[in-house]
Amino acid sequence: MSQAIASPTLAAIPLRVPVRELLPWAIFSGMLLLMLLYFVGAEQGATAMFSGSYLHEFLHDGRHLLGFPCH
Amino acid sequence: MVRTLLVRGLWVGLIAGLLVLGFAYLFGEASIDRAIDFEEHAARAAGEPHGAELVSRSVQSTIGLAVATVVYGVAFGGIFALVFAAVSGRVGHHGPRVTAALLALVGFVSVSLVPFLKYPANPPAANNATSIQERTGLYVAMVLISVAITIAAIALGRRLIPRFGVWNATLLSIAAFVLVIAGVQLALPTVNETPADFPATVLYQFRVASLGSQAVLWATLGLLFGWVTERNLPRAWSAHAHTATPAR
Repeated sequence: MSQAIASPTLAAIPLRVPVRELLPWAIFSGMLLLMLLYFVGAEQGATAMFSGSYLHEFLHDGRHLLGFPCH
Repeated sequence: MVRTLLVRGLWVGLIAGLLVLGFAYLFGEASIDRAIDFEEHAARAAGEPHGAELVSRSVQSTIGLAVATVVYGVAFGGIFALVFAAVSGRVGHHGPRVTAALLALVGFVSVSLVPFLKYPANPPAANNATSIQERTGLYVAMVLISVAITIAAIALGRRLIPRFGVWNATLLSIAAFVLVIAGVQLALPTVNETPADFPATVLYQFRVASLGSQAVLWATLGLLFGWVTERNLPRAWSAHAHTATPAR
């Protein structure tokens, strides 16, 4: 599986990140990035962590054009 | 290594978000304005009082749109980088440029196009405000199902390669993907709330602009991320080899 290391020609080697190295990044930053998407797409719409509708109105045009369900 | 890729994904996503902003502003805002005209006209005809604007139209169509598209771009850029790190060297044995381009193409079809076919983007006044929870649930479900079927189709394709070869295995897995997606989309409930007198051209132009924005996003992510990663490959690779051997 680590045949890539043995070969010296870098251009031919596909980049391969070990799972052990990737997993913590994928979990923590993945969660944060999905939270960002939630705030852009659905907060103060289908569900709300904050009351009011300022965020919904402020992001209104972006939500519609980015394809999120809106009013 | 992952940190390098993630940071790169975030700034590539920022640039993608800015390009989406430009595209959406040029091609999408006119149809939103016309949809809002229709909405206000309908409200006046129904004798509803005109509510005070919490955020003005000029803010919604500029700063509001910019914040939405840039945050959206950055978030997708970061996720793109993480998925790239997971699939590079595992799914297909291509260099970063080809891997990123293929990933962007698969992402566009799976995350944007397939959900759009069932639950397309709608301009203001084309839906009932009261059904937003139901519509959001269906939309999110459609995206998740589409991504899951994509992963399953790729896994299937990889298992078929030894028997059928790369070309035929790819075609077979695409055929399986299309069949399963078609079945799911037939089974899921249809949303059709657009008022009968809603202008058809506005709906059409809005949806084309929305799909175009998605194409701009994914094309930028795939091409820019792949180009920069390919260019920086030897240095990144050697740094990686020092810190994380043996690679698995």
